[in-house]
Amino acid sequence: MNPNIVEIDNLSFGYKGRLLHKGINMVFPRGKVVAIMGGSGSGKTTLLRLIGGQIKPSKGEVRVDGAVVHQQDRDGIYKLRRKMGMLFQHGALFTDLSVFDNVAFPMRELTDLPESMIRDLVLMKLNAVGLRGAYNFMPTELSGGMARRVALARAVALDPNIIMYDEPFAGLDPISMAVICDLIRSLNDALGATSIIVSHDVKETFLIADYVYFVASGEVAAEGTPHDLMQSTLPFVHQFVHGEKDGPVPFHYPASNYQAELLGHKSAKSN
Amino acid sequence: MIKSKLLNSLTRTLGGIGYRMTERIWRLGAGARLFFLTIFYSGESFKRFHLTLREIYFTGVMSLLIIVVSAFFVGMVLALQGYNTLQKYGSSEAIGVLVALSLVRELGPVVTALLFAGRAGTAITAEIGLMKTTEQLSAMEMMAVNPIARVIAPRFWAGVISMPILATLFSMVGILGGYIVAVPLIGVDDGAFWSQMQANVDFRLDIVNGLIKSLVFGVACTMIALFEGFDAPPTAEGVSRATTRTVVISSLTVLALDFVLTSFMLVI
Repeated sequence: MNPNIVEIDNLSFGYKGRLLHKGINMVFPRGKVVAIMGGSGSGKTTLLRLIGGQIKPSKGEVRVDGAVVHQQDRDGIYKLRRKMGMLFQHGALFTDLSVFDNVAFPMRELTDLPESMIRDLVLMKLNAVGLRGAYNFMPTELSGGMARRVALARAVALDPNIIMYDEPFAGLDPISMAVICDLIRSLNDALGATSIIVSHDVKETFLIADYVYFVASGEVAAEGTPHDLMQSTLPFVHQFVHGEKDGPVPFHYPASNYQAELLGHKSAKSN
Repeated sequence: MIKSKLLNSLTRTLGGIGYRMTERIWRLGAGARLFFLTIFYSGESFKRFHLTLREIYFTGVMSLLIIVVSAFFVGMVLALQGYNTLQKYGSSEAIGVLVALSLVRELGPVVTALLFAGRAGTAITAEIGLMKTTEQLSAMEMMAVNPIARVIAPRFWAGVISMPILATLFSMVGILGGYIVAVPLIGVDDGAFWSQMQANVDFRLDIVNGLIKSLVFGVACTMIALFEGFDAPPTAEGVSRATTRTVVISSLTVLALDFVLTSFMLVI
């Protein structure tokens, strides 16, 4: 059996004439928690969409369990997705369904399990994320942290082999963040799954990840264990890990000469 | 210098027109593609009919109040206006026929479709648009559940089933409104009101044609609402614009289709 459940091979992806990824190589070993980190707009979430087959690469390939994702037809993609669970940045809970029905959704849609068994499984999943008592709440009645936990229960409803997390810590208070952090690690180990975390929260991600990839300028800028990366002297990694405001990632977005623009603006106005 | 400026402005204008035309043709194609995909993935909507039934409640049953109240007033106004004209020619007993034919042939299907676009169409567009904005459709895709089969098709069939029922109810309540004004209030003969209606309203030519119209309007209004929601940019502004477009495009489509259908029905 291939030790890597997901492999990204020389992958390039772009749209509207802009190349977002330029020959990315990554492997995600079975049973591990692997993080993809990088600044906003570096294409981290796009990598998850490429793994899930929602978009096709311009060059290279993504293999999930040996199958090249973009070569699959619709049924093939759906077959691969049944091995995956995904936690979206804001949970993406179905607002017209209760917490219970949200978690039961993939079971009802994709299996022929009897309702009594679905009930037990849903309660078990909700218990695992500590929200069994909130099973009859509607998504609008949940806090951000609770919604994320329900979405996590839904993502693992069918015991997937791969769990993908898109910014799981974004916008959470410290307690919810610690809870989600702990759940990601414990669920990964309990299910024997592989977790792929896309995040820019260094502290929480380094706490649970086995291996980390840093993406910058469309390439893998650095990779290694959290310990290695903490010690890294690479300017980009150093700036990112220690949260420095200026460095290889500049404070200013590329723009024309400041003085010339101000003067030009002034003369244009005087005209 | 002036020549080059003029040329630039002309190029920009023509380019703008070309862009808008291409965009509209593209949207027409995308809409048609969604329509065929919806038909193709409709099996689920009938196999698990409770999904469609739930949507019939939201689109059909929840539109009942506005349809019934509007129909009542439309019927009453028709009777008042009709009587005012008919009595000049001494044929006020024909008021029942006038009200019934106006409602069954034209006003029932058309006004129901316009109200449906405003009440249910906007709700469908906003719901689908928000589902897209909040990544619910993406989440469904990632769970290997086809959103067209699970979300779009049940809503489409709910609209198609609801519209003829709503139009029939509109006509019935409108006739009742007309009856209340014509018979108890104005004093038109009760027997003449109903018997003339029975004698002059043809089942095939009037009622069935009205039902065909409402069915076609149901397909058009629901599909426009679904497409606008599905195609909405995932932002608050995008959903708001899509909702407005649903009302505008549905209303114009209904009025244009009504003309085309009426022409065919009168010829055949």
